[in-house]
Amino acid sequence: MKTLGRLEPTPELFSLPELKNYLTESHTLSSWLLTTDHKRIGLLFLFSIGVFFTIAACAAAAMRMELVTPPGDLVTSETYNKLFTMHGVLMVWFFLIPSIPSVLGNFVIPMMLGARDLAFPKLNLLSWYLFNIGGLLALYSIIFGGADTGWTFYEPYSSTFSNTHVVTMIAGVFIAGFSSILTGLNFVVTTHKLRAPGLTWFRLPLFIWSLYATSVIMLLATPVLAMTLTLVGVERLWGVGIFDPKLGGDPVLFQHLFWFYSHPAVYIMILPGMGVVSEVITCFARKQIFGYHFVAYASMAIAIIGFLVWGHHMFTSSQSIYAGFVFSLMSYFVAVPSAIKVFNWTMTLHRGSISFETPMLYALGFIGLFTIGGLTGLFLAALGLDVHLQDTYFVVAHFHYIMVGGMVTGFMAGLHYWWPKISGRLYPERMGQLAALVMFIGFNLTFFPQYILGYLGMPRRYHAYPPEFQLYNVMSSAGASILGVAYLLPVIYLIWSLKHGRKAPPNPWHATGLEWQTNSPPIKSNFEATPVVTGPPYQYPTEEEREMVHG
Amino acid sequence: MADAESALAEHFEELPQQRDAAKLGMWTFIATEVLFFGDLFMGYIVNRLAYPQAFALASHHTVVLFGTINTAILLTSGLTMALSIHAARADNLKLSGRFVLLTIALGLAFLAVKGLEYHEDFHEHLWPGSHFRPDLPAQAQIFWFLYWVMTGVHSVHVIAGVLVLCIIAWMIARGRFSAEYHTPLEMTGLYWAFVDVIWIYLYPLLYLINRYAAS
Repeated sequence: MKTLGRLEPTPELFSLPELKNYLTESHTLSSWLLTTDHKRIGLLFLFSIGVFFTIAACAAAAMRMELVTPPGDLVTSETYNKLFTMHGVLMVWFFLIPSIPSVLGNFVIPMMLGARDLAFPKLNLLSWYLFNIGGLLALYSIIFGGADTGWTFYEPYSSTFSNTHVVTMIAGVFIAGFSSILTGLNFVVTTHKLRAPGLTWFRLPLFIWSLYATSVIMLLATPVLAMTLTLVGVERLWGVGIFDPKLGGDPVLFQHLFWFYSHPAVYIMILPGMGVVSEVITCFARKQIFGYHFVAYASMAIAIIGFLVWGHHMFTSSQSIYAGFVFSLMSYFVAVPSAIKVFNWTMTLHRGSISFETPMLYALGFIGLFTIGGLTGLFLAALGLDVHLQDTYFVVAHFHYIMVGGMVTGFMAGLHYWWPKISGRLYPERMGQLAALVMFIGFNLTFFPQYILGYLGMPRRYHAYPPEFQLYNVMSSAGASILGVAYLLPVIYLIWSLKHGRKAPPNPWHATGLEWQTNSPPIKSNFEATPVVTGPPYQYPTEEEREMVHG
Repeated sequence: MADAESALAEHFEELPQQRDAAKLGMWTFIATEVLFFGDLFMGYIVNRLAYPQAFALASHHTVVLFGTINTAILLTSGLTMALSIHAARADNLKLSGRFVLLTIALGLAFLAVKGLEYHEDFHEHLWPGSHFRPDLPAQAQIFWFLYWVMTGVHSVHVIAGVLVLCIIAWMIARGRFSAEYHTPLEMTGLYWAFVDVIWIYLYPLLYLINRYAAS
């Protein structure tokens, strides 16, 4: 019987080289494109989101180049509008939302649960195809002229006034939404029904809790976006609808429906990162998580309260001021579970035996950047202050701290943490640490000046600005180029490691968790025999045990 | 005779687990669908509160006869669907198949009546836009826009249901199901019940409320 403790060498591990793993199982193209193996689908997603991330990052690079000088001299304002729309749409729906769930979640959730696959493997594959169809439609829209509405598709501009490819862009997002729904559905059912014997809810790794909460949001918020965007499309195509005031409609209703999805979607873009951090912090502090139940419940609380705060995007719309009060208050409430998580991670570090491998560096970066992003979110949740900061670079900086500083950093932490499991190879540790540091520096240099810019009143979404803002803009653009290098480095050394990296043992980090009890890379059905769980997660040695070992 | 063993996918331990997973999956999907329609219901409520008179006047023009016939048809199809599952549980697959075919027929009847109704609505100039009836207030177009979208999206769901039921009928004919294993039939029944329930909300909202209040 296998337990959650440190791995005991078992006879089958010694016959490791002869075993076929999920990568060597078969080599044909169709064995990849028609696979129902969650691990392969995770890799397919990794490839797809990598492509979309690169394109969206190029749009960001173009914008930062434009903003080096005050006048709009590199691109026209129309092009600039299309650039930030492209950047926003691709990054939100085609990178951030599927990033950790569809890649890492797909890969490790069944293994963490001791299952052979997700509950609905074919739906999982369908999810990847829908994602790519949606992405191709969005790319079609971009290549044939782009859309200029911003990722928010605000009415009535998006339906009546914009002369760009809004409908194909919307259709792309609509279809990708169903990919997200199917992924969420799969995760929820798998977590409920496919847990290994003995794996009770409070023995689940916190990554599972956070992705469960994420899935609930995906399932309940995404359909609202789908229908809202459908209505925008109908209004645009046939000139009938309920949003354009000219037709007797209400554009603020659009904003309500849009943010009813899009605010919870922000939590789709941060909760999975929190899950990764909980795994990584415990592993590299070699300590049990502090306050397991609080961290688990905090994920659910964020998901639930996250549904009740959307109006804080609309303080300057015609929304009732009393509604504004409530939304402001609820937004402060959502800070509570977020803060609980940060406190608990910090307490986990306290008196831990910490080592600074790459995943840990990223995870520590996450905590810092997420805290800054979260605290500046409180500024924006304040009714009076938000009127000053609404639609300035302060907002841009705030959500980039959460989404890039938080989610992308979390994604990098997770990708490095599980890379030995995914590829069967170790990445070069020094290079990884270097990239993590460069990313932290580049990120802060890019986005911290934007807080100041926003506070000074520079509005977002403009390609020209008064000369007094130039210093901060140059700093930001310089930071962006450093950030670009920091993203390129892992791409290079991770691909390099596929061939030249050292072979990874089953559990290179000596981590707990069922995914480390199987080979690296795992066999197609993950486990030789269904594991049995006998204790809580994160059973790292206690302080006394460590002292006994180290004297 | 169906072989329950062959229906078990390799990543499940046993059939009840697989059945439970399918059931939870379908309920989760239905929760998603509720939110999908919820968007439209919200649009309806907001605009109805904003323009009560226009909505009352506009709703006079829905064809209540067609709506009522369709309600009867769809509710009956809910019964035949349930009877089909009941028959499958009693291992009477032949009867179960017949009830599925009856459900398909009723679903098609619903769509036919809906088509006739759309035809009439269209001729009455109730399609929003420049050709909309001039005798109705401008906001009546919002009611009619919502009418077309809500019933349209619902009809798409009926069509999807009928298509899935055709596959189910084929599976029954091929002897895929038994008293132990007929999960796809049960799941389709759940979905069909959901399509029923949506209509039960649409019928009063579009055909009945305020119909005789103001004129």
